[in-house]
Amino acid sequence: MKFSEQWLREWVKPALSTQALADQLSLAGLEVDEVSGVAGHFEGVVVAEIISAAQHPDADKLQVCQVSDGNETFQVVCGAANARAGLKTSFARVGAILPGDFKIKKAKLRGVESMGMLCAEDELGLSDDHGGIMELSPDAPVGVDLREFLNLNDSLIDVDLTPNRGDCLSIAGLAREVGVLNQVPVANIQIDEVAAVCDDTFSVTLSAPHACPRYVGRVIRNINPGATTPLWMQEKLRRSGIRSIDPVVDVTNYVLLELGQPMHAFDLNKLSEGIVVRMANAGETLVLLDETEVTLNDDTLLITDAKGPLAMAGIMGGDASGVTDETRDIFLESAFFSPLSIVGRARNYGLHTDSSHRFERGVDWQLQRKAIERATALLLDIVGGEPGPVTEAVSEADLPTVPVVTLRDSRVNSMLAMEMPQATVEDILTRLGMTLNRRNDQAWDVTVPSWRFDITLEVDLIEEIARVYGYDNLPVRTPIAQLPLPPIAERQVTLNRIRRHLMSRDYQEAITYSFIEAGLSAQFDPNTKPLALANPISAEMAVMRTTLWPGLIKAVSYNQNRQQSRIRLFETGQRFLPQVNGGLLQQNTIAGVIAGNRDSEGWTAGKDKIDFFDIKGDVESLLALGGCAEAFSFEAAEHPALHPGQAAQVVRDGEVIGFIGALHPLLMKKLDLNGPVYLFELQQDAVTLGRLPRYSALSKYPEMRRDLSLLVAEQVNFDEIRRTVIAAAGDALKKVTLFDLYQGQGIEAGRKSLALGLTWQHPSRTLTDEEINNSVNAVVAALTNDCGASLRE
Amino acid sequence: MMENLAQLLEQGKQAVAQADNVRLLDEVRVQYLGKKGELTQLLKGLGKLSAEERPAAGAKINEAKEALQADLDAKKALLEEAALSAKLASEKIDVTLPGRKTDLGGMHPVTRTLERIEAFFGSIGYSVAEGPEVEDDYHNFEALNIPAHHPARAMHDTFYFDAHTLLRTHTSPVQVRTMEEKQPPIRIICPGRVYRCDYDQTHSPMFHQVEGLLIDKDVSFADLKGTLEEFLREFFEEDVKVRFRPSYFPFTEPSIEVDIDRGDGKWLEVLGCGMVHPKVFEYSGIDPEVYTGFAFGMGVERLAMLRYGVNDLRLFFENDLRFLGQFR
Repeated sequence: MKFSEQWLREWVKPALSTQALADQLSLAGLEVDEVSGVAGHFEGVVVAEIISAAQHPDADKLQVCQVSDGNETFQVVCGAANARAGLKTSFARVGAILPGDFKIKKAKLRGVESMGMLCAEDELGLSDDHGGIMELSPDAPVGVDLREFLNLNDSLIDVDLTPNRGDCLSIAGLAREVGVLNQVPVANIQIDEVAAVCDDTFSVTLSAPHACPRYVGRVIRNINPGATTPLWMQEKLRRSGIRSIDPVVDVTNYVLLELGQPMHAFDLNKLSEGIVVRMANAGETLVLLDETEVTLNDDTLLITDAKGPLAMAGIMGGDASGVTDETRDIFLESAFFSPLSIVGRARNYGLHTDSSHRFERGVDWQLQRKAIERATALLLDIVGGEPGPVTEAVSEADLPTVPVVTLRDSRVNSMLAMEMPQATVEDILTRLGMTLNRRNDQAWDVTVPSWRFDITLEVDLIEEIARVYGYDNLPVRTPIAQLPLPPIAERQVTLNRIRRHLMSRDYQEAITYSFIEAGLSAQFDPNTKPLALANPISAEMAVMRTTLWPGLIKAVSYNQNRQQSRIRLFETGQRFLPQVNGGLLQQNTIAGVIAGNRDSEGWTAGKDKIDFFDIKGDVESLLALGGCAEAFSFEAAEHPALHPGQAAQVVRDGEVIGFIGALHPLLMKKLDLNGPVYLFELQQDAVTLGRLPRYSALSKYPEMRRDLSLLVAEQVNFDEIRRTVIAAAGDALKKVTLFDLYQGQGIEAGRKSLALGLTWQHPSRTLTDEEINNSVNAVVAALTNDCGASLRE
Repeated sequence: MMENLAQLLEQGKQAVAQADNVRLLDEVRVQYLGKKGELTQLLKGLGKLSAEERPAAGAKINEAKEALQADLDAKKALLEEAALSAKLASEKIDVTLPGRKTDLGGMHPVTRTLERIEAFFGSIGYSVAEGPEVEDDYHNFEALNIPAHHPARAMHDTFYFDAHTLLRTHTSPVQVRTMEEKQPPIRIICPGRVYRCDYDQTHSPMFHQVEGLLIDKDVSFADLKGTLEEFLREFFEEDVKVRFRPSYFPFTEPSIEVDIDRGDGKWLEVLGCGMVHPKVFEYSGIDPEVYTGFAFGMGVERLAMLRYGVNDLRLFFENDLRFLGQFR
């Protein structure tokens, strides 16, 4: 809420500078966002009168005006359509400075000399209005400096009020707060009852008393439709960001700003029979003041008459029943709508008004009469008229109750960790408008005022005490607690360890958005329908990722477009997998991508591109962190995003826990990437589950090694050979190593050469040559029979 | 014979002095001291002397042999040293050439900051709790005392999937889930991704938070102040000024925003916190008359920006290697 400092100081006069006041408000929980001037910086602008206005000889849209500042007459060329003889307006003389350090000089416009400039509001930083030059009232004194005339030596303070402080959404409420903080009195503007001069009333029926328990109304007849809003009121409204419309609307807005009571004025003659405040029937329609037609939900409270809806209660009036230039008789509404009956409704219709903002947060439910008297008095001053008596429809049972909250000394002291003097507690709460009764020597009963919807519990009162006492004045201590030893699961590989491992293998961590484009998701994972946001921020962030690859691939593309050719990225995070039963699996995942050369450029580095075994080596080292690398196996597999001949699934205990492989060439082309690109993705919990080391006795007997050189068909995979060797070699075989692989010149086409190193060792004796030879023979026989292998000479 | 000795020794010494490599030196050794060497031969000639003369002559010859051997050893050491020096000189390399290396990757600055925060709180007994990012309305709002239509919901621009399912707007639902599962004392921090439907220079639709929760008997506002003041000073490794300002969150009462001043007179908001609201306790089945607690929440990107001088939030999610590489 933006307010004029001058206006506030009419109510309360703390001995504080503007900045000190702003700081004080912030530290009391009314956060000041900005302090600014009420107008731009300008000088040399005066009130002037247009004596005559004539068409410019050479320009359709310009007029040549004779302008008087009281002493002299100046010729000014002006482009505003509303420039006309007799208008009082703002005049920047030659030499004046306008906001932005814009100096006014003598000028020629289309051949006609111009000695200054007539200003619109936006040109002086008064508002954004550029609808024409300013229209000052006919009695504005010509020649007076505009700053002085409009009283512009004022500041605007913008407070960002939290939703609990609806009571501060008015000058009166802010003044109350400032009074408490500074221990100074607050001027209560005298509001007298305005006596009725006619008997006219208009009936009001409360058909939804839980939502509208109080409706105060008053008829005023024979107002002067030609009256204008006085400058002081226009200026106060302007400084609060509200445009002056007509005196009746201006007065209701003024009371809203001053006291915090939203009001509405109906054209009495457009109402039929009586007013009924009721819930809407679904499907009813209403044309609002802003001329939009809305179809109403049945959770919306309405002001209606015999013919139908008149206004959306507490949110916005209707177009048909509002006051116009011709309105002579009005019916004023000053009602209390319960917060729960208003909250969220405006938003459902895409609306947010000053009125709904206040009712949602809670308007003082004892303010309605005072507000209508205040509005009546102001209206009589401005538009005259004959007021009828104030009528009040009320359902006492549905009005909010006055909470009485018990406040224990012990609770105050333990919560704030200090002995708060009783006198301080009483002083703070009393000044906030509460009534305190000492219940016994340990507690008070505190009665909360009708404007504080946020106080229902003891802690709410403690917060008020702390806030006014000053958070910074409260003591500080370090918590003391028993500290049990934290569990450290030795079998678990921590995520930090995994990150550091990948970093040391030259992976850079990335963080990509959890939501991605639907089309991209379908390219990587066409078989899963991803979870879609109902209100995405853009099509590029519309569905929850089912794999981390699209985000990483986009990061690769981003960096390739910035001349990075060697890229190695990883990410950890959740992926979101819809389940057949309708549930959602949110799975912690580790994924990575590599692209470009194996080594970064250097005099010792190779120039080779990466291949499958680079990323497989990285993944194998990652899987070895838990000490149970042998628990994982890689099996040729297919994946929609991967090259069909260079893809593997990673398996642990029979369960597929991830994939690695080359990005599918078609996808690479579609995404316009430079290859080669290899990817991996693993379930985090399968990687982090390691084992506890378990000692087994060391053999004292020598190891024996034999090397075998084999020829096999190229489609026989290594894993098959390895398994065959292990199965045939007997228990004493300790290790099988592949130390060479060759294909090409010297080898028959379609076959490959493998060199295996086999190592045996027995736990309790030396193996004989015969035993080794038998084992080798068994291995060779099995390889020949099962894998079609032959020994190479 | 003995008159020959001195001359022979002198010749030998000269031959040693003239030998300029190990091979020549060895030839000198063989010539004088070998089995048939000239000095060795003199020893063999001792038999021609009388028994009285023999010991003195033998001693003299041995003396000469030792003297020549000493010269030979010294010269040999000298030559070996020279040879080694020459070899070493020929093996000299340019030590300023870059080493053969595997480059080092790096951690994302958000993770780096998260780890740091986790380390501080971990060292004073907080454990890390995690939870789902796709949450239900109850845990994200309702159980945190933010009923439907509460104006505070407008402060959380929420991404929805349907009327009941959403992307968590804070990591507070993890606190709720923890309180549902266990009774106090509780000391946890909840790091993770959170989501708000807001995107401009200072807002990202996804960012990271660390929230903390401490519940025990007799936890006070003073404990909250102490914990956070100390954290902020340690996090920035500076004697930052810390200011506690009243605010409003439906799940805490009193509620506080914390500002810091790093010496330039400007207050910057860095985190929100407060004493856990009794209604939040009641939702989770904890007796607010027995236990009190505090909760706090901080934006990780915001802290990282302040700590490392990053001036644009969007950089964190562009994954530009030139940016990420600065946080090795």
